[in-house]
Amino acid sequence: MYAAIVFLPLIGALIAGFGNKKLGDRGAQIVTCGAMLTSAVLGIVAFWEVALQGNAQTVELFTWIDSGSFEASWALRWDTLTAVMVIVVTVVSSCVHVYSVGYMSHDPSIPRFMAYLSFFTFAMLMLVTSDNLIQMFFGWEGVGVASYLLIGFWYDRPSANAAAIKAFVVNRVGDFGFALGIFGCFLLFDAVSFDAIFAAAPEMAGTTFGFLWWEEVDALTVIAILLFIGAMGKSAQLGLHTWLPDAMEGPTPVSALIHAATMVTAGVFLVARMSPLFEYAPTALVVVTVVGAATAFFAATVGTTQNDIKRVIAYSTCSQLGYMFFALGVSAYPAAIFHLMTHAFFKALLFLSAGSVIHALHDEQDMRNMGGIWRKIPWTYAMFWIGSLALAGIPFFAGYYSKDMILESAFAAHTGAGQFAFWAGIVAALLTAFYSWRLLFMTFHGKPRMDQHTFDHAHESPPVMLVPLIVLAIGAVFSGFIGYEYFVGHEMDAFWGSAIKVLEENNVIEAAHHSPTWVKLLPLVVGVIGIGAAYVAYILNPGIPAKVTSAIRPVYLFLLNKWYFDELYDWLFVKRSWQAGLMFWKTGDGTIINGFGPDGVSAMTRWCAGQVARLQTGYLYHYAFAMLIGVVALVSWYLAFGG
Amino acid sequence: MLEQWLLTIVTFGPLLGVAFILTVRGTPEQVASSSRWLALVASGSVFLISLLILTYFDPQSAEFQLVQKVDWIPGSSIAYHMGVDGISVWFVLLSTLLTPICILASWEAVQKRVREYMIAFLVLETMMVGMFCALDIFLFYIFFEAVLIPMFLIIGVWGGARRVYAAFKFFLYTLAGSVLMMLAILAMYWQAGTTDIPTLMATRFLPELQTWLWLAFFASFAVKVPMWPVHTWLPDAHVEAPTAGSVILAGVLLKMGGYGFLRFSIPMFPEASADFAPLVYTLSVVAVIYTSLVALVQQDMKKLIAYSSVAHMGFVTVGMFTMTTQGVEGSIFQMLSHGIVSGALFLCVGVVYDRMHTREIDAYGGLAQNMPRYALIFMLFMMASVGLPGTSGFVGELLILAGAFQVNTWLAAFTATGLILGAAYMLYLYRRVIFGKLEKEQLKALLDLSPREIAVFAPLVILVLWMGIYPSTFTDLMSASVENLITNYKVALGEAGTALAAR
Repeated sequence: MYAAIVFLPLIGALIAGFGNKKLGDRGAQIVTCGAMLTSAVLGIVAFWEVALQGNAQTVELFTWIDSGSFEASWALRWDTLTAVMVIVVTVVSSCVHVYSVGYMSHDPSIPRFMAYLSFFTFAMLMLVTSDNLIQMFFGWEGVGVASYLLIGFWYDRPSANAAAIKAFVVNRVGDFGFALGIFGCFLLFDAVSFDAIFAAAPEMAGTTFGFLWWEEVDALTVIAILLFIGAMGKSAQLGLHTWLPDAMEGPTPVSALIHAATMVTAGVFLVARMSPLFEYAPTALVVVTVVGAATAFFAATVGTTQNDIKRVIAYSTCSQLGYMFFALGVSAYPAAIFHLMTHAFFKALLFLSAGSVIHALHDEQDMRNMGGIWRKIPWTYAMFWIGSLALAGIPFFAGYYSKDMILESAFAAHTGAGQFAFWAGIVAALLTAFYSWRLLFMTFHGKPRMDQHTFDHAHESPPVMLVPLIVLAIGAVFSGFIGYEYFVGHEMDAFWGSAIKVLEENNVIEAAHHSPTWVKLLPLVVGVIGIGAAYVAYILNPGIPAKVTSAIRPVYLFLLNKWYFDELYDWLFVKRSWQAGLMFWKTGDGTIINGFGPDGVSAMTRWCAGQVARLQTGYLYHYAFAMLIGVVALVSWYLAFGG
Repeated sequence: MLEQWLLTIVTFGPLLGVAFILTVRGTPEQVASSSRWLALVASGSVFLISLLILTYFDPQSAEFQLVQKVDWIPGSSIAYHMGVDGISVWFVLLSTLLTPICILASWEAVQKRVREYMIAFLVLETMMVGMFCALDIFLFYIFFEAVLIPMFLIIGVWGGARRVYAAFKFFLYTLAGSVLMMLAILAMYWQAGTTDIPTLMATRFLPELQTWLWLAFFASFAVKVPMWPVHTWLPDAHVEAPTAGSVILAGVLLKMGGYGFLRFSIPMFPEASADFAPLVYTLSVVAVIYTSLVALVQQDMKKLIAYSSVAHMGFVTVGMFTMTTQGVEGSIFQMLSHGIVSGALFLCVGVVYDRMHTREIDAYGGLAQNMPRYALIFMLFMMASVGLPGTSGFVGELLILAGAFQVNTWLAAFTATGLILGAAYMLYLYRRVIFGKLEKEQLKALLDLSPREIAVFAPLVILVLWMGIYPSTFTDLMSASVENLITNYKVALGEAGTALAAR
């Protein structure tokens, strides 16, 4: 069963991908959805077994890489952390598979799409079930490729291709750190399997080694930060986030599955999985906290100004991932994973609902061309409300439980970084509520701003798209309430078992439960303020946004252009690389190496030969004269020295 | 009996095919057709026979196996001495596998002087296999140099427009290094009184002499690898060579340098290798970064892949001079993987070149539309080149970097930038060729892969995935020999250290 959960999606992908002629579109949909749903059902059973019954186990498949002491196996590690991830991945993936049947129904390459989706799910499951860093890297890169393929799914669009490459290359920058982190682990522990690393981590605390500029530096801190750089790439944290908004070029179900619910949370999973190592690297945890908090704030500010419906949600995802990271940073790993799960449901719901809107309006994504359609698509509208309420952390929706837990944990950490994270998180919560309702109002309320034809033809999505939305909505409403006790409440220790390690002095979750009342209420208060502000600005008095943007135009442009990260990187890295490449090619290879090397030598030879050839004039008297000189010289020499 | 003769049969088997081809008579069409079939049958049989090597090979042993030794030149120690160990065995198989693939790939692409072309390839195979099996340094030198001749002809006769320039550049570059190696071999012969490779491995050369010998060998091997800055022959040679020529060049000929380092430089001159390792690291890191950036701006598909080869071989030279288990095994693995992957990438270029007769990247675009099978196979090899886990490219790079990190973190960090740059130039290439709108009229008529082309790619696809998912099949055979190499190296360095201390 444990192997079937992981490999069923792969089998589905292979059948749909290679059997397309005989199978047809419908066959591919049935095979992939069938495999995926089966996997999800088994995933729930496995969750029961592993997380609730406490039967953690590892299924060894076979040896993968074996070189000296560098040994890694293909193996499936099942503990609570894995089981939670598996359930999130398989359930959301199943919903997205079914939804895609409706959403992609007019696309010419349905089997390819379904195969990519299933392949992605397989890679993601390999990632979360790995029992060593190398297999994790396999899943890590595998989801990267699937993401690349799906962002560039409509390969005749130049923007989609550019976004796909950007996603892959930026992720590679993160992977660069991840890979060095793996090598650091191997150097320090002489092993790459989790069990060996975790067992040895306490002894290794405080060990130093030489790394780059530093002669003596705390080894675990370096390794943890390197691994975190990998997590930053995959989870779009500040600095390496630029690929995520562009990734919205992919079909909307892809955005929901990969760029909201699952793949982008891999970084969070990585840090939680490596908690037995991060716990002994306090400096690294501070870095994680600060980067996470900065991302939560940064992405929320940008989210308030974007006009593309998917980009708003993308920045929202980026911001929520920041919350998860600063939770990890203050050692509240369970809270981070809790938020990961609730976020997967409500964010996938929001994306798929946005897809439903886009579908209804014939591929319109710009919110400035929407409005007034809530009566036309009531189900989608209701789903959007549920998703937004959960995102804003309104009581009794899923996000309320997990997000508040994170903010309380940050507060309870009583560290400088924790305080910074708490206040950044509060501001971000305000902005989150504001942009969510800005989106809601701009999309569904006010005067219709699209042309009459589009408005008349706006239609509710078919049941095949609505049913997955309802399933996700159930998750977005209840998952927080149901999961609370297990993830971060009284059942916490029994539930997590040994999957997550928190040192006694870092146990902030316990402290978080006893936070002052104002800390517990503040997120809710700012959330309501944010919603109210959006209501005033976009419903009561729609003239306000224009006035505000013209009043603070530089700030507005700064936010609208996403803090100019793209421009900076383009200038700093892309242009420089190009220049360097051209210079090395033309000047380095062409002028210098070939010039002084082979071409130079051959030119020199030719020149010498030419000079010699000039002596051969063909005139007899020249030769005779030369001979005469030679004879005179020889005789003189003989006379001078020979005697 | 067979065990003793097996390597000789594999080495000279192709020449039997040559003999048959020479006897063919008839109209030009008949001659061409028979030559193709005879060459395919000959190289195919040689490949099947070469698989027997695996059944006789004992992976537990670090010794040379399947040894045959016959006195050759009277009055000297020079002998016909053949054998393989864990380091060379896979290179023999790589050579015997790629030759029939090359012949099949040239089936329609080569139409002039078919008989001579096939003969050139079979002779080339003999020389390559002989080079990897030779256990006498003189014999090795003969094969090592003789490889150049058929390759020179393949580029010079069947190449593109600037083929003569490329062929001479290739020949002069590689020959310049070889002259120094010849002198070094003579010096070793005078010093040790033997040309027997296993004996020479056990000989301790004086440290001062080692330096000079190492440099002389380095001059030859560095050109072959090729290392920066003596790499500029490679892009020209690849661009002008016919497709199959590029495949063999990238697949096997580039491995001669790396093999040479492992067979001669490191075991015979350990102290010098240790002294010069920083030089090798520096040149390799420069190669990785410099040629990756150059690859990024290329307009010619073959040139791009040629530059990427230099970058990938930079990984190889880093790995072997770390002298760690992971680094050395990784470098051997990377050489095998690169042989298959870059060979396959050149075949991918060949597929569209045969149809369009241009290698300009801008002439293509949108091929995913009408050539989906081609797009898939190209994608797989592109990803293998980028080092995606699950393909062969990953295992080699991972082990090399793991080895490098143990020696020096700067080395690992700089080399690992190749992961980022490699992704950039390969994805950019793929995007321009395969993705985009299918707008150009000439492209719309292109047909997807033919059954013959699929047969060419199929074994390479299987191998790339096999090596990526279950690499133990390959590393198990290497490990005893690699351990032995490293142990001897460490012992030699240890003795040198104590000798120095005693002084």
